[in-house]
Amino acid sequence: MKQLEFKILSNDRIAKGTYLMKLSGDASDCAPGRFVNLRIAGKFLRRPISVCDADAETLTLIYKVVGQGTRQMAEMGVGETLDLLTGLGNGYDTEKSGSCPLLLGGGVGVPPLYKLAKQLIAEGKTVKVILGFNSKDEVFFEKEFAALGAEVSVCTADGSYGMRGFVTDAIASVGEYTYFYTCGPEPMLRAVSAATATSGQMSFEERMGCGFGVCMGCSCETLTGYKRICRDGPIMEKEEIKWPTSR
Amino acid sequence: MADLKVTLAGLTLDNPLIPASGTFGYGYEMAELYDINLLGSFSFKGTTAAPRFGNPTPRIAETASGMLNAVGLQNPGVDRVLSDELPRLTEVFHKKVIANVGGFSVEEYAETTAKLAAHDAVGILEVNISCPNVHDGGMSFGTSAKAAEEVTRAVRRVTDKPIFMKLSPNVTDITEIARACEAGGADGISLINTLMGMRIDLARRRPLIKNRTGGLSGPAIFPVALRMVYDVYRAVKLPIIGMGGIASAEDVIEMMMAGATATQIGAMNLVDPYICRDILEKLPDVMKRYGIERLSDIIGAAH
Ligand SMILES: Cc1cc2nc3c(=O)[nH]c(=O)nc-3n(C[C@H](O)[C@H](O)[C@H](O)COP(=O)(O)OP(=O)(O)OC[C@H]3O[C@@H](n4cnc5c(N)ncnc54)[C@H](O)[C@@H]3O)c2cc1C
Ligand SMILES: Cc1cc2nc3c(=O)[nH]c(=O)nc-3n(C[C@H](O)[C@H](O)[C@H](O)COP(=O)(O)O)c2cc1C
Ligand code: FES
Repeated sequence: MKQLEFKILSNDRIAKGTYLMKLSGDASDCAPGRFVNLRIAGKFLRRPISVCDADAETLTLIYKVVGQGTRQMAEMGVGETLDLLTGLGNGYDTEKSGSCPLLLGGGVGVPPLYKLAKQLIAEGKTVKVILGFNSKDEVFFEKEFAALGAEVSVCTADGSYGMRGFVTDAIASVGEYTYFYTCGPEPMLRAVSAATATSGQMSFEERMGCGFGVCMGCSCETLTGYKRICRDGPIMEKEEIKWPTSR
Repeated sequence: MADLKVTLAGLTLDNPLIPASGTFGYGYEMAELYDINLLGSFSFKGTTAAPRFGNPTPRIAETASGMLNAVGLQNPGVDRVLSDELPRLTEVFHKKVIANVGGFSVEEYAETTAKLAAHDAVGILEVNISCPNVHDGGMSFGTSAKAAEEVTRAVRRVTDKPIFMKLSPNVTDITEIARACEAGGADGISLINTLMGMRIDLARRRPLIKNRTGGLSGPAIFPVALRMVYDVYRAVKLPIIGMGGIASAEDVIEMMMAGATATQIGAMNLVDPYICRDILEKLPDVMKRYGIERLSDIIGAAH
């Protein structure tokens, strides 16, 4: 973990309620599936946001405005600075992917899959991607994934764009795959876990106190013991997840 | 040169800065950031006799200038703390550490205290009779003078190491509890633990925290904590570890003027992981500004 200052290079709306923020700073600790925890003026707790893309000097985040903190982020301008904790979380393990991994993203669960797709393709793998959104006006990054060389399918819950239905409804149409990676709301992760034939990794969310493992605010029970989503996660393997019986 | 040393029940600390229990893990995550041996000591996560997962999530909610937590004393249990956590802790922290003890019965407090006290690295036992996040015990010992005295007597019997009783602010008269701990043989008092609070999710029309209530900490509670330290200083002759919302070198000095011999920093570690180191760096300048040469001279100066 590092505490670093980043400068906003751009901050633009890319879909309904969804913004892409490009930042300059030392992003060397930003592997796919990891996250940053950012400070927002006047807010006590930091806000966790996944790494969407990063190279040595730039970091891309995609976020949805859901409350006061993200609303304040959307109002920030080019040149303003942000205080970030970087290098948080375990990140996706690409070694287990096999030759043809399937990536499934739902809503703002799509961003962390971007850098993952980039890395898997750089490793010579054939990457299939299914992106799911509520409706057409929320769709983003279809072209960006295609430009990496991934085979992309899009579905919307209301059928206003691409296939009608959830990401799990699209699995049958993508053919063979060797492994999966997914990020999205918990009900979607659960559905993906049930609908996939292979092993895979999924990214979890929880309300966090610190984001770096010291407060026990984000614990979850797994079949391999108690884990902190911020430090032992947010990525977990399908086989270790203990789904809650009621929520 | 500014003298930052303070002495807590016979244990001299290089400075009065102590990360608070539950906000610094077992030290090693923080040791990745800076040399935590700069600090006076630190208090590790509350330990119970048996392993505990704690409460269901969400356990955390934001508030104005602070946060609620309902972790519920998650810890691997005293045996694994001794076999797994303390060996790792002593690799990164070479001074005496404060062992924070949680419990659900008088016997359990005594048993866990005895086991932790036997470890060389443990300099002080901090007995938490104030956790608001466990239903069947915890805070109930800290809200009755009789029970507080009983727990104090029980842990007193099992060790000669200094015992600090950690008090709850969720009481009508905190001085009454402090006096009961003094009567029971405590060597010092730690205060305050978190204040009971709640937040509601407007969309779901339900409490944000799954356990419904949580403990409030952070800068929001500083004046409440300060007042209680001030009152307890008058009520007992014991040294006090003051905490609750400390966020700056000025806050440390203010807390000491109210009567604290040393101070703990809690919630601020979670959002500003370098806060303890930064406060330590700033202390000499702030002392100079207020004409303080020896920090220990100002303990209780406001009385
Ligand atoms: C590991 C991780 C990665 C994430 N990555 C992304 C991402 O790439 N893009 C994106 O849009 N969102 C992401 N989120 C969710 C994002 O953190 C929340 O949407 C954001 O914190 C909301 O802040 P707010 O101030 O607008 O909302 P408020 O509701 O006002 O926030 C109040 C408090 O609740 C917390 N909170 C609210 N919603 C969530 C949530 N869903 N998860 C965790 N904490 C929450 C906030 O951090 C804050 O402490 C991620 C969450 C986690 C845990
Ligand atoms: C996430 C969290 C976990 C805590 N866990 C414990 C604990 O295990 N034992 C304990 O005595 N106090 C615990 N506390 C209370 C703190 O040690 C401290 O008394 C309180 O938070 C007030 O200080 P602060 O405002 O600086 O945080 C916890 C506080 C927080 C925020
Ligand atoms: S958020 Fe603090 S341990 Fe995970």
